Amino acid sequence: MKKKNIVIGLILTSFVFLGCNSSSETSQVDGVSKKDTKTSINIKGSETVLPISEKAANIYSKTENSQLVSVTGGGSGVGISALMSNNTDIAQTSRKIKFSEQQKFLHEDKEVKEVIIAYDALAIVVHPENKVSELTREQLEGIFTGKITNWKEVGGEDLGIIPYSRETSSGTYEFFKEIILKNKNFMSGIMSMPANGAIIQSVSQTKGSIAYVGVAYLNQSVKGIGVSFDGGETFAVPTVENAKDRSYPVVRPLYYYYQAESEEYVKGFMDFILSAEGQKVVEEVGYITIH
Amino acid sequence: MANKKKLHRFFAKIIEKLFTFSGAITGITILFITIFLFVEGIGLFNSPNTEEGYGLYINSSNNIENLTPVEIKEIFDGEITNWKELGGKDSEISPFRIDDVFQIYPESEFGENYELLPDKLNEVVSKETGIIAFLPLQYAPKGAKVRELPAESIKISDYFLGKDWIPTATPSPLFGVLPLVLGTLLVSLVALIIAVPLGMGVAIYLSELAGKRQRNILKPAIELLAGIPSVVYGFFGLVVLAPLVQKIFNLQVGETALTGSIILAIMALPTIISVSEDAMRNTPRSMREASLALGATKWQTIYKVVIPYAKSGISAAVVLGIGRAIGETMAVLMVTGNAAVMPGSIFDSVRTIPATIAAELGEAPVGGPHYQALFLLGCILFIFTSIISVSAEMVSKNKKYNTH
Repeated sequence: MKKKNIVIGLILTSFVFLGCNSSSETSQVDGVSKKDTKTSINIKGSETVLPISEKAANIYSKTENSQLVSVTGGGSGVGISALMSNNTDIAQTSRKIKFSEQQKFLHEDKEVKEVIIAYDALAIVVHPENKVSELTREQLEGIFTGKITNWKEVGGEDLGIIPYSRETSSGTYEFFKEIILKNKNFMSGIMSMPANGAIIQSVSQTKGSIAYVGVAYLNQSVKGIGVSFDGGETFAVPTVENAKDRSYPVVRPLYYYYQAESEEYVKGFMDFILSAEGQKVVEEVGYITIH
Repeated sequence: MANKKKLHRFFAKIIEKLFTFSGAITGITILFITIFLFVEGIGLFNSPNTEEGYGLYINSSNNIENLTPVEIKEIFDGEITNWKELGGKDSEISPFRIDDVFQIYPESEFGENYELLPDKLNEVVSKETGIIAFLPLQYAPKGAKVRELPAESIKISDYFLGKDWIPTATPSPLFGVLPLVLGTLLVSLVALIIAVPLGMGVAIYLSELAGKRQRNILKPAIELLAGIPSVVYGFFGLVVLAPLVQKIFNLQVGETALTGSIILAIMALPTIISVSEDAMRNTPRSMREASLALGATKWQTIYKVVIPYAKSGISAAVVLGIGRAIGETMAVLMVTGNAAVMPGSIFDSVRTIPATIAAELGEAPVGGPHYQALFLLGCILFIFTSIISVSAEMVSKNKKYNTH
């Protein structure tokens, strides 16, 4: 028993040391790459914008006289707070910077620049066998705040509604809360999933389910439904075309934020993402171009 | 000769010192982590119960003194619509947020750096008697007809006994950890109920009944299970197990506490099996033979000799199993549905403490109430595991005294 204790103790110690080392190392590397060497651009933030940034970074890094671009996810909020603490050069977000975040930048005498790089439409999805194919914003608000609990109340069969939400760290969650719920809170105890892919998976195997995902994630295993923002007069289905001509109402801009003082440094990449070539990437990944 | 001995003794001393040193370092590190955890966590109860840097403002004709976080949330969600429900006058409540002011006045009227914003806000709050406005302190309206609701700090009872976990609610987040604590306990307990008998069965088979060949194949195979990344288990649970559970029990949703428990049981099995099998195999041959010589059957020998002898090893196995179950994050995050409700049965969706920390810590602003609330959750988890390991230690000690 004693021997075992010692062995366990040793293993624990080594883990603790390993843990300490790796974390301090990464933070050091971050600091160096930002302040001293300046050979690469870091982009951090929203998982929604991630595919655009990754692909664009890949192409951009191959062009002449360009810097290396490294891209990480983590959520919109993570991106902004990393920008604030100089741990990233560009924050990619799927929501506008919050008033309180803006205040923090002002407080530290830092100016942030905002650039819209693409648009994304948010699709409301249900199980493919669900007969309901249209909902108004008011009905959606009722469903996600827990006031409407059965599909028969919105013209479907007699079946309980199971709404799925994203985790609170995602920009998609914030956007949905702002646009559809008008800043009200989701019903307490709503199911929440960690990723867009997991949402699609869950909706496809749960009959009474309803959820929201980026249009780029839509596939055959779920059904995107039409949404009306004028009380039921016109409904539009979530397609890239409808989002482009603005007939589909649930469209949000995707942003890059950077500090004004590093404008010179990130300019090359910013120009690239807004160029025709960069916008082609946006289209390929499944989002809507800014033009 | 003498020199060699001296050298030996010298090295022995050094190694001794090294062991002491590593022990001390471990102890200090653990202490340090614990202190860090608790210091960050306890700060929560000094934080205001509305978002930091913001205040709640009402018209001075309103006689409401203070509001609880739940009341504030229900006002802004439109569930409480009249002040008389809260003991005030009979007038309708109109919730107001800073962004609403930009819809009343054009942007140009606020001045270059928003220096006219407080005046405008003052105008709004003074005009409307039923208003409750949620505004940043630096633009606070300062008029005779405006009253600020006193900011209270988050109450301990609201945290530990609260039944709502809505950390992103504005103006007043709700940090009730009861559903998370119960969810964690439920998932881990059911996982153990599944894993312990199963694991013991396999361990007994491996150590007592299986031939050399079977053991040589089975044991490495089981230990291989421990090497699979937890996110793979989680994905397996979401795609295969959740629909299965949904079908078998005829449920509306497949992401339930039970699904999480089954996945956790599978993940804890390798630990439970290999540790308890080792303990059983350590039973001295002489004891086993003595039992058989006295005429005991194989089963009686296992039940009366091997298991009692291996008791401390088996309880260690169970504790390690609990440790794996209670702290597991990724797999649970994917299969339990993460609904922060009080669990009524194992067929409800639950949200566990580790899953909550993993999903939310990235977004929580460092040092804010949400961040502190998550750290305090870490403290709760830490206390749980300490209680479990201390009690297991005591159990295994007690048994030893009894048998000798």
